[in-house]
Amino acid sequence: MAKKQLITAIINGEEREFACEPRQSLLEVLRDSLQLTGAKEGCNNGNCGACTVLLNGEPVVSCLVLAVEAEGAKIETVEGIAAGGQLQPLQQCFLEGAALQCGVCTPGFLMTTKALLERNPHPTEEEIRFQLAGNLCRCTGYDKIVRAVQAAAEGAK
Amino acid sequence: MSDNSPISYSDKKYKVLGTRPVRHDGADKVTGRAQYGADVQLPGMTHGKVLRSPHPHARIKGIDTSIAEKIDGVYAIATGEDWPDLIDKVAELGEGAVNLHDLAQNCLAVGKALYKGHAIAAVAARNVHIAEEAIAAIRVDYEVLPAVTCVLDAMKEDAPILHPGLRTETLDEPSDQPTNIDRHIHFETGDIDAGFAAADVIVEKEYKTATVHQAYIEPQVSTALWNEDGHLKIWTSTQGAFTARQQTAELLQLPVSKVTVTPCEIGGGFGGKIPVYLEPVAAILSRKCGRPVKMTMQRDEVFEGTGPTPATFMKVKLGATRDGKLTAGQAYLAYESGAFPGGMIGPGTMCVFSCVELPNAVVDGYDVCVNKPKTQPYRAPGATQAAFAFESTFNELADQLKIDPIEIRQMNGVKEGSQRVDGPVYPRIGYLECLDAAQKSAHWNTPLEGPNRGRGVAAGYWFNIGMKSSVSASINPDGTIHLLEGSTDIGGTRTSIAMQLAETIGIPAEDVLPKVVDTDSVGYTDVTGGSRTTFATGMAAHKVGLDLLQQLTARVAFLWECEPNEVQVDGDVYRYRSQQMTFKELAAKLPETGDPVIGRASVSPEGSTNGFGVHIVDVEVDPDTAKVTILRYTAIQDAGKAIHPSYVEGQMQGGAVQGIGWALNEEYFYGADHKMRNASLLDYRIPTCLDVPMIDTIIVEVPNPAHPFGVRGVGETPIVPPPAAIAEAIYQATGVRMTELPMSPPRLWKAMSQR
Repeated sequence: MAKKQLITAIINGEEREFACEPRQSLLEVLRDSLQLTGAKEGCNNGNCGACTVLLNGEPVVSCLVLAVEAEGAKIETVEGIAAGGQLQPLQQCFLEGAALQCGVCTPGFLMTTKALLERNPHPTEEEIRFQLAGNLCRCTGYDKIVRAVQAAAEGAK
Repeated sequence: MSDNSPISYSDKKYKVLGTRPVRHDGADKVTGRAQYGADVQLPGMTHGKVLRSPHPHARIKGIDTSIAEKIDGVYAIATGEDWPDLIDKVAELGEGAVNLHDLAQNCLAVGKALYKGHAIAAVAARNVHIAEEAIAAIRVDYEVLPAVTCVLDAMKEDAPILHPGLRTETLDEPSDQPTNIDRHIHFETGDIDAGFAAADVIVEKEYKTATVHQAYIEPQVSTALWNEDGHLKIWTSTQGAFTARQQTAELLQLPVSKVTVTPCEIGGGFGGKIPVYLEPVAAILSRKCGRPVKMTMQRDEVFEGTGPTPATFMKVKLGATRDGKLTAGQAYLAYESGAFPGGMIGPGTMCVFSCVELPNAVVDGYDVCVNKPKTQPYRAPGATQAAFAFESTFNELADQLKIDPIEIRQMNGVKEGSQRVDGPVYPRIGYLECLDAAQKSAHWNTPLEGPNRGRGVAAGYWFNIGMKSSVSASINPDGTIHLLEGSTDIGGTRTSIAMQLAETIGIPAEDVLPKVVDTDSVGYTDVTGGSRTTFATGMAAHKVGLDLLQQLTARVAFLWECEPNEVQVDGDVYRYRSQQMTFKELAAKLPETGDPVIGRASVSPEGSTNGFGVHIVDVEVDPDTAKVTILRYTAIQDAGKAIHPSYVEGQMQGGAVQGIGWALNEEYFYGADHKMRNASLLDYRIPTCLDVPMIDTIIVEVPNPAHPFGVRGVGETPIVPPPAAIAEAIYQATGVRMTELPMSPPRLWKAMSQR
């Protein structure tokens, strides 16, 4: 077993320290060491997007990022979206638009959408679908998810 | 959603039903707080992994765990040797029956590995990495046997035999020869020869469909703690906590009272999370090491080691008069059951002709073992394949007769009083109303223009099963009601069930607080499957509401010193002469009127009710690559009464997109070595956001006479029509009739090239 390394990162706005083995993924450390279980494991090889978090503002599948790569990075997870006990408009749009069924892909969709809307506040339907194509949902058929993202973008106008 | 939806055939007006409240578990799910199976953490928890067979068919001559046992951090190892003696016993588990002996062997093999990915041994270790190292250190001595992974090959007399003791179950005497054909089902009505003799046109076609997987995003995950007092606790991702309890208890030969199953939030199921895989194995490991054991499957294990739904070979022959009236139908359905008997052939045979009146018909169905994972239900199990064969043949017949595909369906469509080939007579159903809605839809009435484009239509049918549901409820002094239920909530059923209690009491949906609880905390409840949850558990919620109402009027009568039957109830307002009180006011006074007010209800509606849908699709086919693009899609369905229209639409949209994936891309690729070559979500291509357009929906409401609010389950029907509808659209676009699923670019391109 390889020796553990000490890593420091800003996670959801707070400086956190954690020890991890070089073989551990960021997803594993977030979930098992830091108890941030919002990011979900759907495939563990980067295909489904359920574990998407933001690494320095960019959406990444945390199952393909090694935890040691997070040294000094700014990481945002779904737990960090709602601030001060209030849901963000994006979360509200997913709720009111019934844009989730089983809900296991929802954290990943929210993080990818957050990154999209920060970069492009008024995306077209095509741009939304292109950006979200790395996040798989098996329940909704995507219709209500795309509409929720559109509603969130509309609200931002 | 469509502007003119729902189209209601009822005069009843509701206060809560038909509205769209935010789901009760929504905030937990958009903040990452919902507790899924993988989120369970227990003190001292260890991690389990499964060693799986690299061979599709092999005798297990020996398993050497001695090296693995010595690895630091390995706590326990289990093999099929650890099962107690199991007798052949068949248990009914919601969407199908299972033989418990087979079920145990599927969780941990005994004697033979029957498919690549079959569980051979399991390890519990300090962490998942050590468990993986230990798995790699287990030595298994295999004698590799010839394998068969195609249903037609498996039916041949000289096929490799999976189970030497298997004999075909049929109406006739079983043969003495070993076989892979587990069951032969036969239905017959009228005079088939006379029926075809009366036909002016006969179309006969053969069809094949590939193995497809439910591909829920959350892999199977279970945690077990076998306590020192002999009590087994399980936290798991399951469609039915009570079913998981029963399966686990029977496999481990424990009384059910010794097993508590806590259903965690579930990340999709679609039928694939009814059988147990990990629960009893984690339990054995926990008993051996005295610690909680969590087991999570990797995605390749989900594809190779859990149940996909059957690949098939089918033949359908239809005869009709010149004016489009069907005279006879014949169907031959051979469905793979996978490594163990008991596949989806039953509902396949019942559904193949379920949308038409057929005076003369014969249906033959075969359930066939192959060296693939044991097949499991996948949303309307067995019906999508059968509908692909029937609806495609029906569309070809309509084309030959030059009759509009909706009109020919109206002409032959089932209605109240029609008898299905397998016997049942339909009560009030909404098939013709769905066809009418399709005919009047904006989609059907907008011309499709442009080259390489085509439009297709197809119908689909699925039962709603009844089965058992229990709920209990307690009234809080603040005017809310806690509702405890045993139905796992996969797609928002907490809300659709709570709404039925809210409607009964006359209070807002938000004032009913539903909770899915463990098997110790509520009465027996069957699986979330068979489109039964909103229907049957909703019926229980209505019944508990009636129980509470009766108690509430008695309390009002006590307060106002009158007789209960003198109290008038109007929604949430109680009146007697000049006095009146709302439910909320009454709730606050309840503590001073006597005992706490609690209610309970159980239901077990018998038989099935009936869901019909019609889908319309426009496609464009790239003439160079044969890639099919879905341009427009409309799903129409009879929901009986749409309790929460957004969730009904969501079921229709989700089912349609799963059907699109099944039609165009999804399949298990097998090499000549009978091993799956695409066991990842990259290579097993489920539709992404970019593959599909918005899915328009039209809800039709023809009340179900077997439900107090007219509800029909809606979850499964929408996966049934898509492949046949898309096949027809492809034909209209290209002139090529596809008879094999998926209609992927290579397969379609080949067919187009040979045109």
